[in-house]
Amino acid sequence: MKAVVFGGTAGIGRAVAQKLAARGDAVFLLGRDEASLTRSAADLTARHPQQAGVEWALCDMESPAGFAAALDAADAALAGVDAVIVTAAMFATQAELEADVELTRRLTTANFANTVTFCEHVRKRLLARGGGWLTVVSSVAGDRGRKPVAIYGASKAGLSTYLEALDHKFREAGLWVLCVKPGFVKTAMTANLKAPPFAGEPDAVARDIVSAMDAKRPLIYTPGIWRLVMLVIKHLPRFVMRKIGF
Amino acid sequence: MDTLTGWGRLPEPGREVLDEDFETLTRGAVLSRGLGRSYGDSSLPAHASDRIANSRFANRILAFDPATGILRAEAGLTLVDLVRLMLPRGWFPPVVPGTKFVTLGGMVASDVHGKNHHREGCFGAHVRALRVRLADDRIVECSRESDADLFDGVIGGMGLLGHILEVEFTMHRVPSPWIWMERERVPDIQTFLGKIATAAPQWPMTMGWIDCVKRGRGMGRGLLMAGRWATVEEAPARYPGSPREMTMPVPLPNWALNRTTTGLFNAGIYWGHVRNRASGTMAPDRFFFPLDAILEWNRAYGPRGFTQYQCVVPRAAGPVAVREFMERLTALGAASPLCVIKDCGPEGRGVLSFPMEGTSIAVDMPVSADIQRVVDGLNEFIISVGGRVYLTKDRFTRAEHFRAMEPRLPMFQALRAKWDPAGRLRSAQSRRLFGDKA
Repeated sequence: MKAVVFGGTAGIGRAVAQKLAARGDAVFLLGRDEASLTRSAADLTARHPQQAGVEWALCDMESPAGFAAALDAADAALAGVDAVIVTAAMFATQAELEADVELTRRLTTANFANTVTFCEHVRKRLLARGGGWLTVVSSVAGDRGRKPVAIYGASKAGLSTYLEALDHKFREAGLWVLCVKPGFVKTAMTANLKAPPFAGEPDAVARDIVSAMDAKRPLIYTPGIWRLVMLVIKHLPRFVMRKIGF
Repeated sequence: MDTLTGWGRLPEPGREVLDEDFETLTRGAVLSRGLGRSYGDSSLPAHASDRIANSRFANRILAFDPATGILRAEAGLTLVDLVRLMLPRGWFPPVVPGTKFVTLGGMVASDVHGKNHHREGCFGAHVRALRVRLADDRIVECSRESDADLFDGVIGGMGLLGHILEVEFTMHRVPSPWIWMERERVPDIQTFLGKIATAAPQWPMTMGWIDCVKRGRGMGRGLLMAGRWATVEEAPARYPGSPREMTMPVPLPNWALNRTTTGLFNAGIYWGHVRNRASGTMAPDRFFFPLDAILEWNRAYGPRGFTQYQCVVPRAAGPVAVREFMERLTALGAASPLCVIKDCGPEGRGVLSFPMEGTSIAVDMPVSADIQRVVDGLNEFIISVGGRVYLTKDRFTRAEHFRAMEPRLPMFQALRAKWDPAGRLRSAQSRRLFGDKA
C-alpha cells in the first residue's frame, strides 16, 4: 500500500502508521503540528530502515481549505496514493461541550462536516485511479444516543452513516471503505477518563484495522468484544437507556 | 481516590497525566515518571495534588546513525521496544537493568547498572546529551561539555533536577543476537565472592543468585552466571524467539510467600540445576531479563506489597563484610525468595548514582509490620561499612540514615538549589529522605 495517515502522529493513527511501515508499506503523514510531524517521520524512518525517509504535510481537520493541497503533496511524494486512513478528530467530554457552545460547533464541524469533506476529496482521487482504501475512525459512541456522549456520539453517528452509504455506493467501483468503531482505547485522548472493562491498547486496535483493510471489510469494532457490547446496547429499550448513566 | 504505585505496590494518593507531547505536558509538573518500575516511592507524588507527567506516550526515536551507533529518542521509549527493533539489526543498549520494562528517562534518572557494570559502568556513562525541562519551565540541552553540572546531577538524580525529555546515547554493536553463558553452582558465600572476582576480568557480564534463607555453613550458596555475546560461529542460525510470557493472573494471598515456601523455592533453584557447571548459548531475554517472563510478578507478594533492599558493600570493607551482611540479614529474620549479587566497578559521574566499587546485594522482602526494623538494622550495618542503598528500590530508609550513608547529598542539594531555587521538583521519596516539604 501507499498510505496516507491523517492523524498519524498520535494515538491510534501513530500505531497504524507503525504497523504499515513495519511491513513495508510506504507511509505519508498528515497532521496539524509541524514539530510532531517531523518527530514522527524521523521515528518511522529510524525504526524501519526499509522506509526511504517518511514525508509529511500540514493538514488540520478544522481547516478544510487545506485538504486538497495536503493530498496533492501526498500524491506527489508517494507517486500515487492508494490508501487513506483518517484518525484525526476532536474529542471533548459531554460536560465540556455542554458548557461551551462554541466548542460544540467546532467539534461537530470537524468530526462530521469536515471529515466528510476530506473523505469526498479522497473518494474522487481514489476513484479516478481505479479505487483504493478509505479507512476512517468513527466510534461506538455513534451507535446509540447515550447521555455521556450526546454530542460527540452524534458527530460520529453522522460519520458512520456516511461511510456505510459510501461503501454501498462505490464498492463495485473498487473503493474499499472501512468504518472503524473503536470502543474505549487507552490513548492520550482518554487518559483523563476512567477506563471501563474491555479497554483496548492502540497497538492491538491498529493490528485489527490493518487486517480489516487487507480483508477489505466495510466495518469493524475493535477490540472485537465491543461488537457484542454495542449489540446489547442498541437493543435496550428507550426507558432503560433513559434510566442508566451509560 | 486515585493512587499511584511503584513496582512494590504500596500506593500514594495522586494522579498522572499522559500525552504524546511530553514537552508541553511537563510544563508545571513537579515530577515525571515512565513505567513505574522503581520499587519504592521515587516516582510517586510528594502531595496528592502534585502534577506528575507520564512519559509513556513520548517514545519516538529521533535519530539513529548506524555508522556510530548514536541514538537519540524521547524519554518514554522503552527498553522492550528498543531491543525488539535494534537487536535484529545487530545493536544492543550499552547497559540494561534486570527488566526491560523501563523507559530511557527512567534508566537515566536511576542511572541503571547491569551485569556488565564492572566493564561498562552505569547507563549514564554512555549518555552523550540530555534535553531537560527545568523547574522554571526553561528547556536546556546538557552534556559533558555544556552545563556539565546539571548533566551529572540528572544522571542518577531521580528526576529531581528536571524532566528528562530526550536522551542521546551510544548503542553497542553485537556479533550475534545470542549470549554465551556459563553457570556454576557455588557452595557458600566466601567461594562465591572469590569466583565472581576471578570471573570479572574474563567475562564482560557476571552476576549471581544466592540462597539467603540457608544459614550456617551453606550460607550464601548459589549460582554464579557469567556471559558474553556469542560469536557468529557459536550462535544458532535462527533469531532467538520471543520469550514465552505468563501473567500472574491475580494477587496471591499474603501468606503465599512465607519462610517455608521461600526456603523451598531457594532450595529448588539451587538443586534444580542438575550439573554443577553448565554452559551454552542462551536467548538474551532469558539472560538479562529472566523475571520479565512472568508479567506482573509483583502480585506474588499479595496485597501487602513488597520492597527490595539493595545496597553496595564497598570493596574496602572486604569479603568479611559481605558475610556479615548475610548474617545480619538472616538474624533479622528477613526471608527473601530472591537475592541477587553483583560486583560493581568504580563509581560513575552521576552525583547521586548508586554503584561504587564493591559488592551489590539485592533482596526482595514482603512488607510486614517488621519491615522498618529490618531495613533500619541493615542500614545501620551498611553505614558502618561505608556502603549505601539504591534509591530506585528504597521505600523505608530513614532520612538520618540516608544522610549518614550519603556524603554526596550536600553536593546534590546544592545542585538542586542552583537549578531549582524555588524547590518545585519533588517526589514522595525526596520528601521522605531529603526533607522536601509535603
